[in-house]
Parts: sequence; C-alpha cells; structure tokens
Amino acid sequence: METGIHELTAGYALDALDPEERSAYEAHLPGCEHCQRELASFWETTEALAVAASGPEPSPALRERVLADVRAEPLQNVVPFELRRRRLAPVLGAVAAVAAVVALALGLWASDLSSQLDETRAALARKQAAAEVLADPDARSVALTEGDGRLVVDPDGQAVLVVDGLGPAPEGKTYALWVVSHGEDPVPAGLFPGRDGREITPIEETVESGQVVLVTIEDAGGVDAPTSEPIIGTMPV
Amino acid sequence: MRRQHAHLSDEALVALVARGDEAALAELYDRVSRIAYGLALRVLRDERHAEDAVQEAFLQVWRSAATFRAERAKASTWILTLVHRRAVDLVRREERRQADPLTDDSELGQAPEHEQTEEAAWLRFERERVQTALTQLPDVQREALELAYYGGFSQAELADRLGVPLGTIKSRMFAGLARLRELLDDSTQEGSWKPEFTS
Repeated sequence: METGIHELTAGYALDALDPEERSAYEAHLPGCEHCQRELASFWETTEALAVAASGPEPSPALRERVLADVRAEPLQNVVPFELRRRRLAPVLGAVAAVAAVVALALGLWASDLSSQLDETRAALARKQAAAEVLADPDARSVALTEGDGRLVVDPDGQAVLVVDGLGPAPEGKTYALWVVSHGEDPVPAGLFPGRDGREITPIEETVESGQVVLVTIEDAGGVDAPTSEPIIGTMPV
Repeated sequence: MRRQHAHLSDEALVALVARGDEAALAELYDRVSRIAYGLALRVLRDERHAEDAVQEAFLQVWRSAATFRAERAKASTWILTLVHRRAVDLVRREERRQADPLTDDSELGQAPEHEQTEEAAWLRFERERVQTALTQLPDVQREALELAYYGGFSQAELADRLGVPLGTIKSRMFAGLARLRELLDDSTQEGSWKPEFTS
C-alpha cells in the first residue's frame, strides 16, 4: 500500500518534507496525475498563505540588486531594451503624470489636453472608489460562476469587480457591466476595456442582496440593453 | 517612467523572461515582490536574510523561466514557491526560526490614506480573507500549517518537538491544507440562479 506518498502532497506544497521524502515525492510526481492536480491546487492554497504574510514593501535597493543580477547574467537571444526605472510612487500620481506626458508628447491642443486630464481625473476617481470598497472591513466576497475573479461588495452595495486575465475587448467592442435582479431587465453599470492582467473595476450601480452582476461584450460606447450572452456572472449577492 | 509590459499577464511575462527580456522580469518583480518579501520576512525574521531569499529566488526565475509550465501553476504561485523554498532552506541552515500567530498588525494594514492604491487595497482584502479562514481551522491543524509554512519546520521536526507521531503530523497538515482550501473557495454558495436575456 502506498497510502503515504499521496498524503505527502500537503507536506511537499508546504516545503515541510525532509530531503529524502522530497526526492521520493518528486520521483513519484511525473507518473501520478492525481498528485499533480492535487499539488497544483494545494499550491494555490499556499499562495494564499503567502498573501496572508504580506507586510511592508521591500526596499528599492532590493529591486536594484535583483535587476543587477539579471544584467550580470544575460541569457541567450537577449532582446535589447532600455531599462526603465519606476519610482515606487503612489499609483495615482503616476497615472496622472503619464497621461499628461503622453498628451504633451502628442502635441495636443490645450483643449484636448484638458479633456485628457478630465479623463484621467475620472480614472483616478474610479480607482479611489475601488480602493475604498476593498478597504472596507465589512466588505464581502462573492464568487463568479464563470471566469477567474471575484465581486467585492460593501454593506452599502458599492461593489468592485476583480477579474484576472480577461484580455482586451475585441476591436470596436467594449466589456459592459450589468446589475440584474431576478426576472427584471439588466441595469447598465459601466464599461471597461479589458486587459490581460488583473483588472479592478468599480460597478457604477449599487448591488443589492439577491442581485447578480454580469459582463457582456458590446459595441464600443455601450448599449442600453445587453445584446449578447454574459461571459462573466457572479453568484447572487 | 512608462511600464512597457504593464498590460501583459504574469504568464506572458514569464514567457518573455525565458527569452531574456529584462523589462519583463522587472515588471514581474514589481507585481510579486511585496508578497514575496513579506513571506520571506515571515519565515526568516530578518530583513537582510529575507532580501537574500527574494534576490536568489528571482535569479532562479531568470534562469529557469523556460521550464515554467502555465498549465501546472500560475506564474505568481510558481515564483512564491521558489521564494518560500529558498527561505525555508536558509532558515534551516541558520537554525533561527519562529512562528508567531498571524495576529500581528504589520504596516500593510496601516497604509496612509494617500497610499491606498487599488492593488494595495486588494492585497489587504485578500490577506484579511485568508487570516479569517485560518482562524476557522481546528487549532492543531492551524498550528501544523503555521509552524510548517511560516516556521520552516519539517514534518519530522514537528513530530519531534510536539511529541506527536509523525503520521499524526502528516494527517493534520493534509487535513488542514484541504480544509483551508475549502474555506477559501467561495464558489460553493447556495441559491444560484442563471439569468437569461430575452432578446
């Protein structure tokens, strides 16, 4: 009986095996699909334990040390690039600065520049709203029925949709948010462009108990009612 | 100032790192370093050692990015696994380990208002969620998980120190991790209904 080896998956994921057991487990792993799946899923749980340990930012010097290592050891087929330093400034300031620089670089007229900055201000307001919901100690988490992510709702119904790896909307399209009560028409609740990494989007309508939030793909500019089936849906709040 | 890779997924960044793209590594570092450093600091209890562990783990990311398989784990999971293993190796060598309960309030929870970026807020939210889940575990399971993951103790060392049979420690760890996974999986709520659009 090899009851032992499968049970070692937890110890392996936690790095709690002795060297001999670690080797034995690593020898067992390639041939055991059950353990591969179990390990992948336990690793997600240990990642959560890592998140629970998060604390202060590392010093900027550590970033320099890491990048110096990399520069000292170029790999084959290196793609040349100009290393850009990013100050660990608050994101909000950085966003405003980047938008302003882009506008200037493109030689926009003053009116365009100010509308650009208005858009930036709107983006900042959205970020601030999202941060406030996420910072609310009474906010709770609602799972998605499709897709990778979560809806976070505070007790007032202010909500934020967090999705991972949705990807940019197709050319000429946008992602549209809807708040839906059972048996009623969907209420438009904002648009977002989509991206490959994590995207945090505030819902522009309050979300009440029993409602769900849906995402559809619509023509750029948005529509009054959804024209396609949802690609993301939450459990009822 | 521009982050040329900011729009890419973590997994796409690892693929670029495998081709020797330094900017991709820098972007990955910016995304994962806060959690990575917090984890290393929790295990090693020493800023210099924690920095060493993170630095060595990222060098390993640089060298072995080509071996990363996205179907087996997320890129962030992979990097944090490398950091954790490095930290555990160091702590066992240093013979300096502790595992405090998770109730200490680190600076993350007290970020000044102007630093409340959405990413930091999200991290804080997730941290709270995991800590709450941990408190719901039976004490012996939580103890086994914390001493192993944050303390760097092996199963055999724990059995020895706690005066419990090795098999018991293994079972507690397995049951604890499985229970924690269940607690963190919030997709198993009741009362689902699937809306249909009438066109």
